[in-house]
Amino acid sequence: MEMAEVEEILGRYEGEPGDLIPVLQDVQERYHYLPEEVLRYISGRLHVPLSQIYHVATFYNAFSLQPKGKYTISVCMGTACHVRGAPTILESLQRILGIRPGETTPDGMFSLETVHCLGACALGPLVVIGGDYHGRMTPTKLDAVLRRYRKGGG
Amino acid sequence: MSRLESTADLEALRRRLAHERDPNRRYIAVCCGTGCTASGSRDVLAAFKEEIERRGLSGRMEAEGRVDLRRTGCHGFCEQGPLVVVRPEGIFYRRVKVEDVPEIVDALESGGVVERLLYVDPTTGERVVKEEDVPFYRHQQRLLLANNGRIDPTDIMDYIAVGGYRALSKVLDEMGPEDVIREIKDSGLRGRGGAGFPTGIKWELCRKSKGDFKYVLCNADEGDPGAFMDRSLLEGNPHSVLEGMIIGAYAVGAREGVVYVRNEYPLAVEHMSIAIEQARGLGLLGENILGSEMSFDVRINRGGGAFVCGEETALIASVEGRAGEPRPRPPYPAERGLWGRPTLINNVKTWASVPIIINNGADWFSKIGTKTSKGTMIFSLVGKVKNTGLVEVPMGITLRQLVYDIGGGAPDGEVKAVQTGGPSGGCIPRELMDIPVDYERLAEVGSIMGSGGMIVMDERTCMVDVAKYFVSILEDESCGKCTSCREGLRQMRKILTDITEGRGKEGDIELLEELAEVVADASLCALGGTAPNPVLSTIKYFREEYEAHIREKRCPAGVCRALIRYTILEDVCTGCGLCRRNCPQGAISGEPKKPHKIDQDKCIKCGICLDVCRFGAVKVE
Repeated sequence: MEMAEVEEILGRYEGEPGDLIPVLQDVQERYHYLPEEVLRYISGRLHVPLSQIYHVATFYNAFSLQPKGKYTISVCMGTACHVRGAPTILESLQRILGIRPGETTPDGMFSLETVHCLGACALGPLVVIGGDYHGRMTPTKLDAVLRRYRKGGG
Repeated sequence: MSRLESTADLEALRRRLAHERDPNRRYIAVCCGTGCTASGSRDVLAAFKEEIERRGLSGRMEAEGRVDLRRTGCHGFCEQGPLVVVRPEGIFYRRVKVEDVPEIVDALESGGVVERLLYVDPTTGERVVKEEDVPFYRHQQRLLLANNGRIDPTDIMDYIAVGGYRALSKVLDEMGPEDVIREIKDSGLRGRGGAGFPTGIKWELCRKSKGDFKYVLCNADEGDPGAFMDRSLLEGNPHSVLEGMIIGAYAVGAREGVVYVRNEYPLAVEHMSIAIEQARGLGLLGENILGSEMSFDVRINRGGGAFVCGEETALIASVEGRAGEPRPRPPYPAERGLWGRPTLINNVKTWASVPIIINNGADWFSKIGTKTSKGTMIFSLVGKVKNTGLVEVPMGITLRQLVYDIGGGAPDGEVKAVQTGGPSGGCIPRELMDIPVDYERLAEVGSIMGSGGMIVMDERTCMVDVAKYFVSILEDESCGKCTSCREGLRQMRKILTDITEGRGKEGDIELLEELAEVVADASLCALGGTAPNPVLSTIKYFREEYEAHIREKRCPAGVCRALIRYTILEDVCTGCGLCRRNCPQGAISGEPKKPHKIDQDKCIKCGICLDVCRFGAVKVE
């Protein structure tokens, strides 16, 4: 793996142990996960033990140690969405995609995850796919929405 | 724009802006908060821009008849988005689509109103023209949110034009740090993050703490599900938060500040970054602010998506680059916080309240609210309520006023309970809807003020399921440091799952109560300390629902999947076949135009048939 990009990310910060989380966030954004060799490299550059990096990487929900699909599907499980039927939406998605939260479809298209609240409660139940908000979701609407992404567009 | 070298420079700039900007000049405010953006407001904004340019109506400095377009932050009434308000008249349009734009501009030019885009008051059936007359807004008292929806959050000049940074000028010109602290103490302001600790006392403690280098932190790790007011403030009026932080830094003698904001709020991060940049450019941040002795700068830290980081010691650990695990207090952050130095940490709303208090005086502020809870509070009114959105009301308003006068009640059926305070809060039954909202009264009935999330629940909400839901979140978000929290919540979730899946047994309720007590007593931070609230409050007020699940294996609200079944009402079903075609399991059979049937062995209770049926023929029991 090319470390020039990682160097570029490290260059945005001062290179202190306190910069670990912002650096990991940028790496996550760039690769959609935290590759092991990048973590090893960062450990050396920021002088933070690899064990501590893994502690941080597994503690925060924002980080993933597995590669993510092309589109991440986030199902909002906030309270407002919950009382408006989010669990049914999640189950329908699991059924349609054949994966559970935290997993990626075999074709590398979709990763499924749940979030506790996206703060767009008026639109609940809410599903965010690849950064696009799809509000007032119903199990019936899901199929059509997913088809649009499979065809390669929002 | 060059640096402002003194408070007089700032006032001169303000006068110039007032001169350049005719307050009677019309502008179209398009809400571009997260809610309206998700409903398509960016496209509406672009369509307005094009239409206004096409008709030659653009330009700030042009002559009469011209119109400005302003991209603003959240107006609060997210349910009706995208929202467009024509000011100064305050004509309120809702659910605006791109196609509606030419018609609105026509009306603007002719001095008319587009009737069909106006809000219809559901109780009177009448169209409401002005924003201030919409019931949702009429009962509010907007101080913190006053300028959301009026200013462009990405333009510091808009904030300065409406009096922004005047409180900072006043502080630098007329007040010593002790005067500022006294003012905040006298105002009675309490921490808006949830716990309600008196803000002035926190400031005083930090001021008195020894140390050459102090920090100011803004806690914008708004983790409570169902709460989004902090995000709206950062998105819609970031400078008000920044101004509060600068004043706080002046009061305690801090050099550096950090805004810790959730990574899930990209627009808030963007607007706050722009605000910091612009404030720096004008010399409102950096060395010798407004030519004074004071130096202070702010940076942003994005959160990692951990609920527990809303707890102040966990937040500090996260800023230091570590996992967000809380530590025991004392020492409080005001004594030993970030990097072991005295640190003043407050919630977004607390910071945004500071300029308001300085401008209007502690006396004025302390007249709003109740004896122990002063000022206004922003609630996010969500769930099974007609008017979903952000509401700002004086402390002491009753839950009934909030849910019915502003929220319009539940869309179908009766309100059953109101949940406040996020996962650490409790469910308040409708019998107690007349209690005034303040820190003490909410605690008395088993809930908390929290960060302001207010979720309305109706007859179709199962309270055992709600308790399970909150416990699952807390189990998931527990950092794992304290055994009582980590294991106790796990056991509570298991018992609640058993109850909702028909495996509940006698003694489960008592066991839950006992576990709840241990978790609350033996956990270090507020996450564990308040974790039992949702369970205890639902047991207290809705014990019969628990008993129905345990003894009769029945979910009265029709939510718990293992305990319900879907059936088709023969006399209502028209045999249209829609449910049959949509059923993912092929569990529905029937001939055209004849009543259909659900095969209970195949049914997975996904609810699609209920969702698609146009005749209300699918029944849940």
